[in-house]
Amino acid sequence: MSTISDPGNAGFRIGMLLSDTRYRSYTFQFIALILLIVGISYLVNNLLANLNELGLNISWAFLQEPAGYDINQRPIQYDSQSTHARASMVGAINTLIVAFLACVTATIFGVIAGVLRLSNNWIVARLMSAYVEAFRNVPVLIWILIIFLAMSNAFPQPRAFRGDNATSSMWLDSVAFTNRGIYIPSFVNEGWQATVFWLVVLASIVGMFAYRRYAKKLLYDTGRLLPMGWPSLAILFVPGLIVYFLLGQPVGLERPELKGFNFQGGVHMRLSLIALWFALAIYTGAFIAENVRAGIQAISKGQTEAAASLGLRPGWIMNLVILPQALRVIIPPLISQYLNITKNSSLAIAVGYMDITGTLGGITLNQTGRAIEAILLLMLFYLIVSLSISAIMNVYNNSVKLKER
Amino acid sequence: MSDVSFVRKDFLEPQDPPARERGAIKWVRENLFNGWLNSILTLLAIYFIYKIVSGAWPWFANGVWNTNNLSECREILDGATGACFSVLQDRWSQMLFGISYPSDGFWRPTLAFVLLFAAAAPVLFSTLPRKLLIASALYPFLAYWLIWGGTIMISIMALVGFAAGYYAFSYMERARGFAAGLAAGVAAAFVVWYLGGFVSGAMPGFIALPEVASRDMGGFMLNMILGTICVSLSLPLGIVLALGRQSDMPIIKGICVVFIEFVRGVPLITLLFVANVVLAYFFPPGTSLDLILRVIIMITMFSSAYIAEVIRGGLAALPRGQYEAADSLGLDYAQATRLIIMPQALKISIPGIVNVAVGLFKDTTLVSVISMFDLVGAIRGPIASSTDWTGIYWEVFGFAALLFFVICYGISQYSQWLERQLATDHR
Repeated sequence: MSTISDPGNAGFRIGMLLSDTRYRSYTFQFIALILLIVGISYLVNNLLANLNELGLNISWAFLQEPAGYDINQRPIQYDSQSTHARASMVGAINTLIVAFLACVTATIFGVIAGVLRLSNNWIVARLMSAYVEAFRNVPVLIWILIIFLAMSNAFPQPRAFRGDNATSSMWLDSVAFTNRGIYIPSFVNEGWQATVFWLVVLASIVGMFAYRRYAKKLLYDTGRLLPMGWPSLAILFVPGLIVYFLLGQPVGLERPELKGFNFQGGVHMRLSLIALWFALAIYTGAFIAENVRAGIQAISKGQTEAAASLGLRPGWIMNLVILPQALRVIIPPLISQYLNITKNSSLAIAVGYMDITGTLGGITLNQTGRAIEAILLLMLFYLIVSLSISAIMNVYNNSVKLKER
Repeated sequence: MSDVSFVRKDFLEPQDPPARERGAIKWVRENLFNGWLNSILTLLAIYFIYKIVSGAWPWFANGVWNTNNLSECREILDGATGACFSVLQDRWSQMLFGISYPSDGFWRPTLAFVLLFAAAAPVLFSTLPRKLLIASALYPFLAYWLIWGGTIMISIMALVGFAAGYYAFSYMERARGFAAGLAAGVAAAFVVWYLGGFVSGAMPGFIALPEVASRDMGGFMLNMILGTICVSLSLPLGIVLALGRQSDMPIIKGICVVFIEFVRGVPLITLLFVANVVLAYFFPPGTSLDLILRVIIMITMFSSAYIAEVIRGGLAALPRGQYEAADSLGLDYAQATRLIIMPQALKISIPGIVNVAVGLFKDTTLVSVISMFDLVGAIRGPIASSTDWTGIYWEVFGFAALLFFVICYGISQYSQWLERQLATDHR
């Protein structure tokens, strides 16, 4: 903000450094800078003195030493002989995995709950309010622990699936919920045909979006309305299915099977991952629900009425008039919820999920005693992730923002 | 021609609306079963509620309240569904006050907790007499004495220091302006505190309560202590940071921006790690700070960055004319900020500040990760690992969730009420 500036007439006197608003800000900044430098050098000085006293130094060599501990969820090649740097990278990828899964799921939960909370169905609206209030007002750490403990106590042991009179059975013969985690089928790819198949699937997804874009452009430019629903579905599924059968079913499913004391095959999602994912999603979903509700309520009723008087059908009113405007209100808080999920995923340490806080900030720190270096790296990682998420989402936000001229 | 066509001479009695268009049936038809989608949703919701109630009710109703350990409780239940609430009866003191707070002193934090509401009331409800704010200002000193114990002189001297600082500030501000007043106030306060240290050191037994060390604080009390202290400390810090970030001076603005963005970009856990293992390196060799004090420093830093962002939003939302009007009245920066800008900006930011405060209070449970025995730490540590109660979780975590829910829900309801009270714009 600007304050009054004195007229500039007379020459400069030393007293004007304090009394003249034109020069006073330089004085203040100079003092602040001096104080900052003094403060930082005092802290660094203390740090060096303390390190000297303890015979320590700052060194990054520990990153290249073998870690010597196991990580139970390894998205990339890792064993206990790998370096601490490698362990940190595994942890970083695990953080990103759970954060991504939780962001997607929390958005789904939040949008559903936020829309239903505005529904005129009394009982559903009340149920959603109860959900939002119950989850918003209790610490996420408590939810993570409750969900983790409840899952590991409620799900049966793998041996309950064994024998002729098994007490538990697999869901659809391919998904097993056990107290060691959830086993789901995995894809088995065979040769180049599989690669071709996946490329076709990818291409048809891109094609579907391209078609919808084209149809929209055509509608706006010429007023011709192409059908949207069934061609999209056709583009999405038909090429994939044709290629799948032409190439002789190159992609199969590997179902988990009970062998010995445990399930083999398929993908094993550990309970710590599931609990953390679910807890973060349902907790943050409650916050997103509030954002969505606020966004929809922020659109004035006149918009709905104007759209209706233009002759739009209710579904179109929502899609073409309300949602695009509500999105502008919803997205900025949504970005900060995504950031919160990423930061809260560091609570993984409470349930033993090996994210970067568990590897770099946990075991590596304790084994090597390199507290300053490890925590500095840890903060740097989260800082980079946070800044990238806000950068990406800001690009998206700018694309939906109201273009004012 | 009297034979006109028939005209009714008496009116029909008014009839009630048809049965399906009135009362409960109409309400149900309109609110629960209008359209197939809503009907499905209603049925799903009813089924869901039934599942929850039918699962939770026997668990709650069969609850066992007086056993000494989990196996006794399971024997009494004999396979039936039921809760072992006896863990709450057995371990309530650990969950509320931590492991090592002296049990004959439980009245002290309890009294401090009750007085907190009394002290907060004049701040929260502006209809109460303004004189009561003096009692609110006295509360922090009284609460410190109650919880930590020791001689009351420590609290009194701290209070005298603040009073001297305030007096010096208001005297100098009138004579020499805001900056001089601030410097004089701070200097006076520190002089009094320094001298007061000798006074309170000289009479350790003067109206003294038994001293309790900071490391003995625990349980829900620790969450409350951290929450209240850090929120109240971070509010002034947040205001300063927000003003700094809005400032024209590039260096000050830069410092504030870097601090705020850095703190907001990292999780609280990493800051708590800093408090736990790194912060001690930054103090002069030989000083040892309590873990609780280090944690308070880091959490205050954390929340002040968030509060600064909220207040910055409030500052940005003020119309430009307010700044210009303050200028045209001839107010300087300090006066304009204190009299014109801040009252309005803070009013706009109240909901956001309350959100930050609630979030911060919930985040105090994170200190259990650095092995402090707050409510969650007490449950995961001494209770879950004791031979008597190992394997119990719904009852204790449910209790913890309930405690947090009551406080946080209460605060958020208050904030909504306040928003309605402060809404002076036209609707």
